[in-house]
Amino acid sequence: MDALYQEIILEHYKRPHGRGLREPFQAEAHHVNPTCGDEVTLRVQLKGDALEDISYAGDGCSISQAAASVLYDLLRGQTVAQAMARHDAFVALMSGRGQVEPDEALLEDAVAFAGVARYPARVKCALLPWMAFKDATARALAGTDQHSDHGGDQ
Amino acid sequence: MTDTVTTAGTPDAPVDSFDVEAIRADFPILGRQVNGHPLVYLDSGNTSQKPHAVIEAMALHYAAHNANVARSVHTLGTEATAAYEGARAKVAAFIGAASPDEIVFTKNVTEAINLVAHSYGQRLRPGDEIVISEMEHHSNIVPWQLLAERTGAVLRWFGVTEQGRLDLSQLDTLVNERTKIVSYTHVSNVLGTVNPTEAIIGRAHEVGAVVLLDCAQSVPHLPVDVADLGADFIGFTGHKMLGPTGIGVLWGRAELLEQMPPFLGGGSMIETVALEKTTYAAPPARFEAGTPPIAQAVGLGTAIDYLTAVGMPAIQWHEKQLTAYALDALDTVPGLQLFGPPTPVERGSTLSFDLAGIHPHDVGQLLDSLGVQVRVGHHCARPLCQRFGVAAMTRASFYLYTTTAEIDALVAGLDHVRKVFG
Repeated sequence: MDALYQEIILEHYKRPHGRGLREPFQAEAHHVNPTCGDEVTLRVQLKGDALEDISYAGDGCSISQAAASVLYDLLRGQTVAQAMARHDAFVALMSGRGQVEPDEALLEDAVAFAGVARYPARVKCALLPWMAFKDATARALAGTDQHSDHGGDQ
Repeated sequence: MTDTVTTAGTPDAPVDSFDVEAIRADFPILGRQVNGHPLVYLDSGNTSQKPHAVIEAMALHYAAHNANVARSVHTLGTEATAAYEGARAKVAAFIGAASPDEIVFTKNVTEAINLVAHSYGQRLRPGDEIVISEMEHHSNIVPWQLLAERTGAVLRWFGVTEQGRLDLSQLDTLVNERTKIVSYTHVSNVLGTVNPTEAIIGRAHEVGAVVLLDCAQSVPHLPVDVADLGADFIGFTGHKMLGPTGIGVLWGRAELLEQMPPFLGGGSMIETVALEKTTYAAPPARFEAGTPPIAQAVGLGTAIDYLTAVGMPAIQWHEKQLTAYALDALDTVPGLQLFGPPTPVERGSTLSFDLAGIHPHDVGQLLDSLGVQVRVGHHCARPLCQRFGVAAMTRASFYLYTTTAEIDALVAGLDHVRKVFG
C-alpha cells in the first residue's frame, strides 16, 4: 500500500498546484471515468509552440487529482513536443504493470506514480487528467476552439 | 401483510440456534487471507460467497450427470432435465409461486427486467406512462428508457427523501390512469431501504398497471412470498443468494406470462417451426430460448436448500442485529455521513456512506490493504448518488456469514483511512 500512496502523491492531493480553471484558453477537454464518476476539466493555452498555461478543475480520488497537479508542474512552460514526450513516458509507466523503470529526469515527481501501475483498477485514475491534456492539446493545435466531452470507454 | 413479513419487528427466529461460526465453516473462501490479513468480506450486496454444498453440487453435476436438457431420450439427458426442472420447482416453492411454470430462468435480473420491458412492454402506446424511482439500479432504469423510446411512452419516477425513503406524497398523480407499468426496487442496493409494497401495488392495480419488483436485494435476505407481495413480476439473481453467476429468475403471474410474446427466439422456445410461421411453446419454455444455464440451476437449487435449512427468518434476524450494531459503530466514526435510513427499521443490511470527503476509491483501496472488501463507486445507481450530491459512495453489505468482529474491522480500517488522509 505504501507503493500506492506515496507521500508525494498525498502532498499533491492535499495541496494541488495550479488548480482552478483560468482564462484565456484555446481548448478545453472534459473527461470522466464512468466506473467511479471521477472527472476532470482541463484547459490549455498555447503561445507559439509553448504551453503557456494549463488549468484544471476536477472531482475525484487522490490518485486522479494528484496526477493533475503533477501534470501541471511537469508540462506547463514546456514545448508541445517536450510535453508529449513526458506524456508518452507517463502513459508507458502507467501501462507497465509495475515492470517499467521510470526515467526520473524526465518524469520528476511523476515517478511517485510507479506504484499505481501495479493496481490495474487505479491506472485509469492516474491517466484521467493526462488523457484530457492530450485531447485538449490536440484541439488547440487543430485550431478548433471547442471543448470536448469524453466519457471514457463504458 | 407484506410489510409485517419483510420489515416490522423481530421475526420469530430461532435466535439461539443461529451459529454464525458454524455457517462460516461452510464457506471455504472465508478462511483465506487478503494482503496479509484475514478476509473481511463486506460486499455481499455485490455478490455473495458460496458454500461447499453449492460448489460440490455443481461439480457433481458436471462429473456425473452432464447432458443437455429437454431434448434427450438418453439417461444422462433425463437426469439433467430432472435436475434442471427440480431446481425450478425449488425456486417456485422458495418464493411461494403458484406453479413452477411461473418461474423463468434468465441470465440475471437485468435480463429478467429486459424480458418484461420487451415482451410485456410491446403493448405500450404513445402517451402511456412507465413509473420507476430515483433509487433504481441502472438495470431498472435503462430498459424502461429504451422502451419509452421505442413506443413513445413517458417515463416518470418517484423521488427519494432525505432519509432515503421513496417519496410517496405524489403517489396518486404519479401513478394514474395512463400508467401501464410500475417498476421499482424492493430493497435499495445502495441505501438498504426496504420499500413499501402494499400502497404502491394497490394504487397501480387500481389504475390497471402491472408492477415489477426488483428483488435482487430482498430475496437473498428476507422471506419473500409472491402471494403476499401482490406484485405481477419479480426478478432476482442466483449469485447474490449463495448460488452461481449466470442464472437469474423472472417470476410472473401465469396469466400474464401466457399473454406475452417471446423475447429471444431460438431452440427450446417453440411449438412447431415451419419456415413460414412458428408457433411458440407455453411459458416458461417460451422465454428460455437456447441451452439454458443447467449446472447453474443445480447450484441455485442447492443454494436454496442451504438457505431454507438455515431459515430465511433467522437470516433476516441475524442481519437486523448486524445492521443495528453497524449503525451504532459507524456513528462513532468522525466525519462519517450515512446515506439512507439511520435506524434498523424497514432497512436491510446495506450501509453506504461518505467519510470526511475522502474519495471512496481511496477509502476502498486502503481498506483492501487491511483485507476489508467493500464496494466503492456509484453502485450502478448514478441518479441516486446525484440525489445525495456525491459522485460516489463507500458501501458495506452483509449476509448470513457476516460477524460483528468484521464490522469492528471495518471501523478500525476507517480510522486508518482518516489517519492517512487526515
